[in-house]
Amino acid sequence: MSAHATALTDHAQRSRALIRYTVLLAVAVLMLYPLLWLVGASFKSNSEIFSEVGFWPERFSPTAYVKGWKTSTEYTFATYFLNSFAITIPRIAVTVVSCVLVAYAFARFEFWGRKLLFGIMVATMMLPLIVLRLPQYLMFRELGWLDTYLPLIVPSAFATDTFFVFMLVQFLRGIPRDMEEAALIDGCNAWQLLLYIIVPLLKPAIISVVVFQFIWTMNDFMGPLIYLASVEKYPVSLALKMSIGATEEVEWANVIAISVVALVPSVAVFFMAQRHFIEGTASSGIKG
Amino acid sequence: MAAVSLRDIEKVYPNGFKAVRGVNLEIHDSEFMVLVGPSGSAKSTLLRMVAGLERATSGELHIGARRVNDLPPKQRGIAMVFQNYALYPHMTVYGNLAFGLKLSGLPKPEVDQRVRQAAELLEMSHLLERHPRQLSGGQAQRVAVGRAIVKKPEVFLFDEPLSNLDAKLRASMRVRLTELHHSLRERGQSATVIYVTHDQVEAMTMGERICVLKDGEIQQVDVPRVLYERPANAFVAGFIGSPEMNLLQAEVEQRGDAVGLKLKALWLPLPAELAAALDGHSDAGEVLFGLRPEHIATVSRSDRGTVAIGARVQLLEHMGNEVFIRADVQGTPLTARVPAEQVGDIGQCRRGEACTLHLNLRAAHLFARSDGRRLC
Repeated sequence: MSAHATALTDHAQRSRALIRYTVLLAVAVLMLYPLLWLVGASFKSNSEIFSEVGFWPERFSPTAYVKGWKTSTEYTFATYFLNSFAITIPRIAVTVVSCVLVAYAFARFEFWGRKLLFGIMVATMMLPLIVLRLPQYLMFRELGWLDTYLPLIVPSAFATDTFFVFMLVQFLRGIPRDMEEAALIDGCNAWQLLLYIIVPLLKPAIISVVVFQFIWTMNDFMGPLIYLASVEKYPVSLALKMSIGATEEVEWANVIAISVVALVPSVAVFFMAQRHFIEGTASSGIKG
Repeated sequence: MAAVSLRDIEKVYPNGFKAVRGVNLEIHDSEFMVLVGPSGSAKSTLLRMVAGLERATSGELHIGARRVNDLPPKQRGIAMVFQNYALYPHMTVYGNLAFGLKLSGLPKPEVDQRVRQAAELLEMSHLLERHPRQLSGGQAQRVAVGRAIVKKPEVFLFDEPLSNLDAKLRASMRVRLTELHHSLRERGQSATVIYVTHDQVEAMTMGERICVLKDGEIQQVDVPRVLYERPANAFVAGFIGSPEMNLLQAEVEQRGDAVGLKLKALWLPLPAELAAALDGHSDAGEVLFGLRPEHIATVSRSDRGTVAIGARVQLLEHMGNEVFIRADVQGTPLTARVPAEQVGDIGQCRRGEACTLHLNLRAAHLFARSDGRRLC
């Protein structure tokens, strides 16, 4: 190929890349604009929020963050964040343990009624959560668990997050059994097999479970709204709503500022875990 | 000291499929036994039953003096090497080797010593800190073998361990494994080996004895030489040896004093000793006539028992030191294997050209056509 032709294709390739990136950038900006606007608006005054179109504030002042953090209640958002973590972290722990156990059983053991049970479990994914609210509420009331975190945490200890079980089962089915057989011959019992072989192999899937459960629980509004009565136990999602619900005129900048802060943990967790998401299946040690 | 003995082993799957049909096999202490057969012959199933990964439906399984039918794998004194190595991807090579020893509660210094010893034996001390994904196929293979060796098992089980390697590496690993077996035996370490393969070359070169399986039944168990020279039936005859033995349908027919084989329009007189051996069999009318390719020559040796026939050349395969001649005798394919220096003019033959082949009938095998059993 002549130098001229090479330069031509080079040129064509470059312009194609340019178009591609322009389109991608445009879509990305479109998707991210609300978020950018949110961050910008957190520095604006009420009047500026409703009169200006652009997201760039006239001046940057952290007052909204300071005021928003204090809230109109006797507690600061530090309390609400701690409350959120007090729900989220135990819930993640019990979810991972229970879902891994159940998925292991479904994927690796032959037992009576396995297919039927798995079918039922998958079917519960189709149930709208709202139909369960009332019976669950009544049940937890009988147990005396209202206004505690237990109704938000304990159900997850029984692998009721069927989506995660389903995901882990599918992931496990993709892992060849040879390694487990090798471990059996090396002297593992079923528990050691789970702990030393399955869990390390499941790591990418488990990280996905952690991330999703973290984000979903942090964002959960309905659960805490129904079961929690006292303000001192509110998680971030409820506290945010509360700061809007006051009777006096809403300081939107404060609400928006706290919304931005409330987003930080979820975004941080996601970016921390991103590497493991991608690593996932590529690290399998089986050839052939 | 661990002989392995399988008595009347059967395996029936829940769907009713009978995978193993009454297998009886005695594997001596320190023996290198190869299980060979085409896919579906249940050779791997047998191995997995010895390992304890699958249960025998019925029959008795003994390792050493113990009945092991109901023992879990770890109590059987076995180690296994898998076809795709099955290394633990999240552990280093050292971790892979040490895993089983740690589980058994061996003190750390001894674990370390055993791992390093095995690594040295397999020349992979420099690999100990690597992860499985950083290993080449051959290295991963060695680690898999190492993982078996460190356990100092009474019985080694190999499940097609070389089938994922390229041809060259496979040949060198074949030698290494055989040498390893010898060296373990010389050290006085009990090293009974059960080696599963579908590759008859591996079976012939590595096995001290070979067990040929087909459809879950043992066809023949013997040393490689006997398997090759006196196959018990037509299946073994066709399976062992490369290129394959020629197996042709023929009728035994008497012409005058001589007993011969009628192959379509051809009549081949049988040597007296073969004819005599045939006499004892009542159903010796319809037979399979077997002749190894090396017993078909291009030059006459004026031996007793050599018969010349006309054939047409179909294809010549030049292997360097020898030539495989694929010929056609009245519509029946026939393969000859001749030393390169004896090929002569046939070497320049074109497809369809006529040639003369000399069959050494004294080396012929005759099998009953009904069940493939050896007649003589």
